[in-house]
Amino acid sequence: MHLNIILAGVGGQGILTIASVINHAAIQKGLHVRQAEVHGMSQRGGAVQSHLRISARKIYSDLISRGTSHLILSVEPLEALRYLPYLSPKGKVVTATDPIVNMPGYPDLEAIFAELHRTDKPVLVSAAEHARQAGNIRTSNMVMLGAAAPYTGITPADLESGIEKLFVRKGADIVEMNIRAFRKGLELSKHQASDT
Amino acid sequence: MNKRLLLGAEAIALGALDAGISGVYAYPGTPSTEITEYIQQNSADRQPPVRSAWSANEKTAYEAALGMAYAGKRSLVCMKHVGLNVAADAFINSAITGVNGGLVLAVADDPSMHSSQNEQDSRVYGKFAMVPVIEPASQQELYDATREAFDMSESLGLPVLLRLTTRLSHSRAVVESAPERAQNRLHALCEPERYVLMPQNARRQYEHLVSLQPRLEEFSEHSGLNTLVPGNGKSGVIAFGIAFNYVMEAREIFELDCPVLRIGCYPLPRKKVEAFFAGCDSVLVAEEGYPVYEELLRGFFGGKQIRGRLDGALPRTGELDTDHIARAFGRHLDHGLPIPGIVSNRPPELCKGCGHRDLYEALNIVMGSYDQKHVFSDIGCYTLGALPPFNAIHTCVDMGASVTMAKGAADAGLLPAVAVIGDSTFTHSGMTGLLDAVNDRSPVTIIISDNDTVAMTGGQSSSATGSRLIEICLGIGVEKEHIRTIVPLKSHLDENITVLGEEIAYEGVSVVIAQRECIENAARKKRNPAANH
Repeated sequence: MHLNIILAGVGGQGILTIASVINHAAIQKGLHVRQAEVHGMSQRGGAVQSHLRISARKIYSDLISRGTSHLILSVEPLEALRYLPYLSPKGKVVTATDPIVNMPGYPDLEAIFAELHRTDKPVLVSAAEHARQAGNIRTSNMVMLGAAAPYTGITPADLESGIEKLFVRKGADIVEMNIRAFRKGLELSKHQASDT
Repeated sequence: MNKRLLLGAEAIALGALDAGISGVYAYPGTPSTEITEYIQQNSADRQPPVRSAWSANEKTAYEAALGMAYAGKRSLVCMKHVGLNVAADAFINSAITGVNGGLVLAVADDPSMHSSQNEQDSRVYGKFAMVPVIEPASQQELYDATREAFDMSESLGLPVLLRLTTRLSHSRAVVESAPERAQNRLHALCEPERYVLMPQNARRQYEHLVSLQPRLEEFSEHSGLNTLVPGNGKSGVIAFGIAFNYVMEAREIFELDCPVLRIGCYPLPRKKVEAFFAGCDSVLVAEEGYPVYEELLRGFFGGKQIRGRLDGALPRTGELDTDHIARAFGRHLDHGLPIPGIVSNRPPELCKGCGHRDLYEALNIVMGSYDQKHVFSDIGCYTLGALPPFNAIHTCVDMGASVTMAKGAADAGLLPAVAVIGDSTFTHSGMTGLLDAVNDRSPVTIIISDNDTVAMTGGQSSSATGSRLIEICLGIGVEKEHIRTIVPLKSHLDENITVLGEEIAYEGVSVVIAQRECIENAARKKRNPAANH
């Protein structure tokens, strides 16, 4: 077990919440975790990323080397492309398709999808829509975690207990809603995998 | 066994709490802020209570920490690298007086300038002050080394500088903590011959500091942070700080059999370094920061067997990574796909609905009527006003410089002379510059954008806001009728243009305070009303 995950998004989208859930689950399994975050100026609507590394052996570097990421999990489609140099040849891209347009020159969505399809069978998820169905658009990140779950090397059940641990302080309703969102993402992902 | 998933910054905080500190002193600054925040949020059960509120700036923080150490208790002081420039006077001279209770300075450098105006290397300051410097490479080491640093400080009677960089400060790993230790009792010593740095005392104290240096080197020779990783190759690596992590990673990926001397405690352990060099034909010097020790090891005549940042084996600037190290050994991984050409930058921006936006909108309209449109500004969220669509400010150099640069420009005849500064930056280092302007009757307009918090670093409490800022300006001597307040909101645009226009036209010192709470801070309070802001 040795896994490198790049989490990507725009400041304020909650990629660190995704990281927390995976961390909880990985530590529960007795794995080593190292997770680099972006704090400071970029959090104001800029591009943000987190390098998350999980391993059965000691991890030295906080950063993932280019070409060695097993998974790029992005909550915004353009941001998924920014980290392609990190993706390993067999790596997977799982991304939300909801664009955040807060800068000039945001490219055509079709052009973004075309680039995404240059990677090996990317998983594309309209996260906002499914989050709304789950009960709140703010659960988009859990939809995305669900969609990425098959590529994390951690079982859905373990990830769900991570969600529970993270949200338990906010009440059972919030836990349930987030697990609902997670399962929606997981279903979609399995569906896409069986289609291709 | 007590395990927690902590940021590097938080590991320092927990290490300091468990080492028995009685106080932490700091001014917020990325990437150091989380050290103090962790102590503020996780020290309620410590007895006696650990003092932890924010200081006005890094100099006041450092001096207060020194005072606590004078009294015999342990203190931690935290700042970002450029903050140490502000605190440098106190820091350098505290090495001359020495300390009584343990004093550890945690300073977070920012190579690659993720959130800073330079990438200065604080190890140079440590060398300059001639104090021990420690530079752990993992979160667990940060915890352990922070505890040990307090022992080292008390046994040498010197402050200890703990250096870390953004990458480690903002990265999480599991940290196992040890039982906490009791705080020191109050035990101030009356030693004016040591603490009154008049020349005759200072000379003797400086001699003492010089005489301690062999002991510092002994510490380094035996430090667990300075260790040898054996290897069979003749090309070795001396890896400093977290460069060690990248070297070990490259070693693993490419199965390099190079010996590695890892350095995390300074001054340099001369014997270890000499022994290491003796076994190598060439040595790569990998430093996360300036090529401080590469220069020293090369000496004046070059040292041909030494490679590093100075000969291009590693990049001269920016933070290192595994790739850099591998390339220095002629290896590299195949990268994934290139970044597609359609991907443009997504720079940070002022939040939608932020008061700074409305201030800049009004200011741009007023400045539009002048030939000279220079606006001096400062460090905070409002620095983002330099970017489109506002392009409203034209300088940002160091904390408080907007006020004094506007004054100097006014002295030169560049009018109008306008400065934009935040509430916290003003109380950090803007107030004294305003006094200069008042004393000189300089024709400047200082706009204080008061959003009631230190916003850029995540909403820490600001030293003075609201009516206290008005009182401060009055106290400094700004005329009452030229201290105006506005509310930066769309609905107040016309009124704000009028007030800014009048004060910028006034040929004396004027202050306009734009008062509106940071929207992020307001949202945080709403989410968590009990939060202590």
